[in-house]
Amino acid sequence: MASNETVILDSAGIGRALTRIAHEILERNKGTAGLVLIGIRSGGDHLARILGERIAQIEGEKIPLGTIDITMYRDDLGSRGSLPLGKTEIPFPLDGRKVVLVDDVLFTGRTIRAAMDALVDIGRPKNIQLATLIDRGHRELPIRADYVGRNVPTSREEKILVEFAGDNNPVEVRLVKP
Amino acid sequence: MSFRHKHILGTEQLSKEDIELILDTAESLREINSREIKKVPTLRGKTIVNLFYEASTRTRTSFEIAGKRLSADTINMTASTSSVTKGETLEDTAKNIQAMKPDIIVMRHSASGAPHYLAERIHCSVINAGDGAHEHPSQALLDLLTIRQHKGRLEGLTVAIVGDITHSRVARSDLYAMTKMGMKVRLCGPGTMMPPGIERLGAEVFTDMDDAVRDADVVMMLRIQLERQGKTLLPTLREYARLYGLNPARLALAKPDAIVMHPGPLNRGVEISSYVADGKQSVILDQVENGVAIRMALLYLVAGGEASES
Repeated sequence: MASNETVILDSAGIGRALTRIAHEILERNKGTAGLVLIGIRSGGDHLARILGERIAQIEGEKIPLGTIDITMYRDDLGSRGSLPLGKTEIPFPLDGRKVVLVDDVLFTGRTIRAAMDALVDIGRPKNIQLATLIDRGHRELPIRADYVGRNVPTSREEKILVEFAGDNNPVEVRLVKP
Repeated sequence: MSFRHKHILGTEQLSKEDIELILDTAESLREINSREIKKVPTLRGKTIVNLFYEASTRTRTSFEIAGKRLSADTINMTASTSSVTKGETLEDTAKNIQAMKPDIIVMRHSASGAPHYLAERIHCSVINAGDGAHEHPSQALLDLLTIRQHKGRLEGLTVAIVGDITHSRVARSDLYAMTKMGMKVRLCGPGTMMPPGIERLGAEVFTDMDDAVRDADVVMMLRIQLERQGKTLLPTLREYARLYGLNPARLALAKPDAIVMHPGPLNRGVEISSYVADGKQSVILDQVENGVAIRMALLYLVAGGEASES
């Protein structure tokens, strides 16, 4: 690891944060009825899978899990060029469901804006909640998370890296100074 | 990997990596076509002109739907309803369209090279939707997507393309694309419909259809253009159907899980029997479905590629 990097969360820390978030989701929604998890590619989809496993352990019930790719809803096609697309896989109806969107890092809020636009094109959820492993501030839109693993004050120039292993399990979260 | 082409003029210019990126992008976009709201906002504010100098229903509709599903504004211009019938040259038409600031022009023309001519004289992106007997890249790409969907791979597969090879832009675009993807291409047709020297592009040439089809993974039939070459290049349609038509007996020579393709429109009873066209091995309608996804991918990649070049 380079000297300009600091580990914010290790794999055990990530695991504890996700366990707490799973409990919070169940507490706020009073169980699993109507609940679905949708992870934002890529990063959020892996975390959503783990949250789903935790919720199944706690409540003994599996809840539907989907993934969403928001590339087609980005507002910066002109300035960034075409990015490679991932697949959106939501093999269940969203109408009337309580959707928990899962992302790894919440920053400007533009990704979440795009994800919400994408979700309402697919169906009409009862409500949309947001879970994120890291909230690093610097919002450019009126968006906030309902469930946060760790608040990390950052400067705009710094980067947050969430590293995943080959089996898609999170390894650690690092803060990289410019 | 990012896409570096401003224009899509043919599969000849595309690399194996380009083709894989286009197929993967189309694969991801296919999901949108099965939603209740079949629209994403990606190309909002972009203008696409479909400039068609030749009759086309499938390709033009497919490009129009693709543009609309990406929220672009699509405008159709056909030669019969435009100033072309009043004697305007292609260059003048190009300048006039240019003045209206479109972002992408999708062009079909009866002259080979017309889209290339336009691309040199205009600032926006040009996508070739078929130029003369030269290329029809979006058709070849949707063929590849359909084959990959059914076979799970492309490399090592054997494809037999049967019909009027000389006048087929589909055959040429398919040949370029398929050889790049590591597929074996067999071309088959009567001598009058086989361009001399085509084997130099990596194809195996057959005049006996049974030999061409034997053990093939994919059998692709081309349309005999009855309104054009059909009259002079073959003695009778009945003879053509007997020698080069795909019927159940001939299809049985191919691999048991072989798929049957056709770019449409079908001449039932000439190059393909109804029994085969509507049979279990036919993937002709999958081709049409994949056409929309491929064209969405091309529009998306070209729209972004243009920005990354500037």
